Amino acid sequence: MFNSKFSAELLRIYHEDRMLTSPAQLAPYESDALTSFQVRPKAVVIPEDQDEVIETVRLCHEHEVPFVARGSGTSLSGGSLPVAEGIVIALNRLNRIIRLDPEQRLAVVECGVINLDISKAAAPFGLYFAPDPSSQLICTIGGNLAFNSGGAHCLKYGMTSNHILGIKAVLADGEVVSIGGESLEQTGPDLVGLFVGSEGLFGIALEITVRLLPKPERYKTVLAAYSSLEAAGNAVATVVAAGLLPGAIEIMDNLAIKAAEAAVKAGYPLDAEGLLIVELDGEASVVEHEFSALLEVIDESGPYELRVAQDEADRMRIWKGRKSAFSAVGRLSPDYLVQDGVVPRSKLGETLREIQKLGERYGIPVANVFHAGDGNLHPLILFDGRDPHMLEKAEDLAGEILRLCLKMGGSITGEHGIGVEKKKYLSEMFNQDDLDAMRAIRLALDPKLLSNPGKMFLEAQSLHAIT
Amino acid sequence: MLQPSTIEDLREAILNRPRLIPIAGSSKPGLTPVDDLETLSMLSFTGVLEYEPSEYTFTARAGTRVSEVEALLSENGQYLPFDPPFIDKGATLGGVLASGLSGSGRYRYGGVRDFILGVVFMDGRGRVIKSGGKVVKNAAGFDLPKLMTGSLGAFGAILELTFKVFPKPAAYRTMVTKLDDINQVREILARLSLSPVELHCLDIETTEEAYSISVRIGGPPEPMEGRIARLRRFINLDSEVLSGTSEELYWRKVSNFDWVPQGFYLVKVPLTPGRLLEFESTFRGTGALRRYTTGANLAWIAWTGDLQGLDERLCQLNLSGLRIIGRQGPIKLGAQSALTFYRRVKSALDPDHRWAEVN
Repeated sequence: MFNSKFSAELLRIYHEDRMLTSPAQLAPYESDALTSFQVRPKAVVIPEDQDEVIETVRLCHEHEVPFVARGSGTSLSGGSLPVAEGIVIALNRLNRIIRLDPEQRLAVVECGVINLDISKAAAPFGLYFAPDPSSQLICTIGGNLAFNSGGAHCLKYGMTSNHILGIKAVLADGEVVSIGGESLEQTGPDLVGLFVGSEGLFGIALEITVRLLPKPERYKTVLAAYSSLEAAGNAVATVVAAGLLPGAIEIMDNLAIKAAEAAVKAGYPLDAEGLLIVELDGEASVVEHEFSALLEVIDESGPYELRVAQDEADRMRIWKGRKSAFSAVGRLSPDYLVQDGVVPRSKLGETLREIQKLGERYGIPVANVFHAGDGNLHPLILFDGRDPHMLEKAEDLAGEILRLCLKMGGSITGEHGIGVEKKKYLSEMFNQDDLDAMRAIRLALDPKLLSNPGKMFLEAQSLHAIT
Repeated sequence: MLQPSTIEDLREAILNRPRLIPIAGSSKPGLTPVDDLETLSMLSFTGVLEYEPSEYTFTARAGTRVSEVEALLSENGQYLPFDPPFIDKGATLGGVLASGLSGSGRYRYGGVRDFILGVVFMDGRGRVIKSGGKVVKNAAGFDLPKLMTGSLGAFGAILELTFKVFPKPAAYRTMVTKLDDINQVREILARLSLSPVELHCLDIETTEEAYSISVRIGGPPEPMEGRIARLRRFINLDSEVLSGTSEELYWRKVSNFDWVPQGFYLVKVPLTPGRLLEFESTFRGTGALRRYTTGANLAWIAWTGDLQGLDERLCQLNLSGLRIIGRQGPIKLGAQSALTFYRRVKSALDPDHRWAEVN
C-alpha cells in the first residue's frame, strides 16, 4: 500500500519537483476528458525516461500500490481516471522520437510522443501516421495504443492497432517485454494485436514501433447538405454500393452543425438537417476518375447544396468544423456526454430515428456526429449538470443508446474503449465465459490487479477467481 | 483422426483427449506436427453464416473453403485484401487465421490481422468464447481476434470468423522488370517505397543468375494505361507488362507456391527491406530458392536438405521462420521472441495444455 516507506522510495527517484502530492498540484490529474468522474490519487510522478517508469512499476508491484499511466488525459471513457489508493504515472516527458526510417516506413517513438508530431516528423519524407483521432494535436501515442484509437479514416485505413508493429512494455509485475518487431509480418500469434486496446490493464507500453504510410497524392473532398438526416444516411449507402472506398465519410446533424459553426466558422450551411462529408484519397489519376463517379452518386441522392473543396485550405476548413464538433457543443449546453456506439452501416438510418425518439422520451437534446463509413455513432447527450437529476437521466439515456446499438448487431464502443464509463455494459455484449477468458489473460499479466484498475471490468468481475 | 460435427462433439473431444491439434484443409501440411498428437478435423464446421455486401463484412464457419468465399465475394465485386495463399490447395478460413499467412496482395491494404473482426473459438476448457464483433470498427474487450492470428491452434479451435472485405479492383496490371544484381534491386525497392503509384504487390523473384521485380497495380480500367506509363517512367528500366488472364494466372501460381520444387521445404521468414542484401548473401549459393513479397517485408525460402542448416542461419541472423511445407524437423525455426509473454497468455486460455503447441 501507499505508506511512508513507499513514498520515500518514490521521492528518492523523483525528488520534490517531479513528485506531486499537494491537492493543488494533483487537481489537474483528477479527471480526464470524462469530466463527470474525478478521483484524487495519492501522488503523481513525472518520469523523464523509461528506466524511471520501470523502476516505479516494480516499486508499485513490491508495495502493492495501484498505478494509472496517463498521457495527455484526453480519454473520453475515463481511461486514465486515477485510483484513490494509488499513483498516476504521467508520461508526457517520454516524448522522444528515437528513430524515423523513411525507407522501412517506420518510426520508433516513446509513449509520450503526441500523435500529430509523428506525422510532422514524417512529413519531410512524404510519409505520415494514419490514425487521426480528433484529439491528435494533444493525445499521445501511448494513449492511442492503450485504447486502440480510431478517427475518421478507419474504414479504409483501420485503427491504431493496424499501424503498430512492435511494443516494448513493462508488465504490471515489472517484467520488461518486447513483442512484435519492425517487419510488417510475424511468425507466431499476434501478441502486439492483443496488447493494443488492452486499456492499460497489462502494464505500460514504453517504446512503440509504428508503421508510416506514404501521404496520399491527392485528396478530393465534397460536402453535401440534406433536408433530412435520413437522406444523408441513404447517400452513404449508395456511395458504398457504388464500390467506392472513400478515405472518410462523416455525417453531422443540425444541432452539431450549429455548434461547429458557432465555434470555428467552417462555413457550414446552417439549415441543413444532415451534412455529409466524403473524402477520396490516393493516387491522383485514380482519385480524379473515382471522384466523377462519386459526384454522380451524391448528386442523385438529392442534396440541396453540394460543395467541392477547391484547394487544401478549403479542405482543412471543411474538416475543422467536423473535428471541433465535440468541444463545440459545449456552447449549446453546460454539460454533455458523448457516446461511441457502432451499428452496421445499413442500420444507421433506423438507429438515428430511434435515438431521436429516445431523446424526445427523456426530454434531452441529442446532437449527432458520426463516422458514417464505419457505422460509428457519436451521440452527444446535452444536459445541465447543475440539476442533480440530469446527470443520472443523461447516463440512463446513454445506456439505452448502447443497448440499442447491441440490438442492431453492433458494438458498445467503436474507438473510445470501455474505460470506466461503459464497464457495466460489457457483460451485455459478452457473456460470462467470454469475460472469464479476458480476465484470465489479464490476471496472467497483472496478477495483483495493479495496472490501471477499475477499467473495463466491474470490480466484482476483476476479483473473480478463475478456477 | 477425429472429425466432430457438432460443438458438443468438439467439447467432448477436448475434455477427454490428452492433447489435440485442429486441422482442416491441410493446404499447409508443414504446420501440423507428425509426432504423437491426435488431430481434430474441423472440416464439418462449414458454411457462410452472414454476408451483406454493403456492410463490407462476412461471417463464416472455420472449415469453409476460401475458394467458396472468394467466389461469393467476387460475384459481389469484393475480395479478401490480405490475399490468402494456397486457395487451390484447399485452404480454409480457420487455417488462414491460425497460420496467419497473407499473400503478395497484402502490400496494398494489410494482412490477415488487419481484416479479422471477430472470432468464436473453443478454449482449453471446452468453453465457446466469442471475441471481437461483426462490425468494421470495435474497441470493446481485448482484441482476441488478432491474438488468434498466427496462433497455430495453441489457444483453441476456431469455430467462426468475421472478416472485413473491400471492393475488388476492376482491373489489374503487372510490370515485371529483370535486373542483374541485388544492389539494383535494392535501389529500385527504395525508389518504389516512395512511389506515388499505389501498389498491390511488390515482389522480388530470384534465380542464381538474376533477379526480377514484379509490381502489381489495381483499380478502375480507365486510368490504367496512364498509371502504367507513369510506373515505367518511375522504374526507368526495360519492363514487361502483363494483363488479362495471363496476369491473373501469374499471381495465382505465386499464391499456390508453384515455384517450390517437389521435396523442398517452404519456410516463411519475416524480414525488413534493409536486411535484404544481408539475407541474400547468406542464402545465395546454398541451393535454397528465395522469393520476397510485401516489399521485402517477407522472405519465402524453399530449402533442400537438412532443415538444421536453415535453422542455424536464421538464428545467426536473429530472424524467425515458420515451416509451411515439409514434414521433418522443427516447425518453428530461428530466433523466437516474447516467449514469456506468450506463455502467460497460453496459460490463461489453456491452463491444462489440452491444445497442442507446434515446436
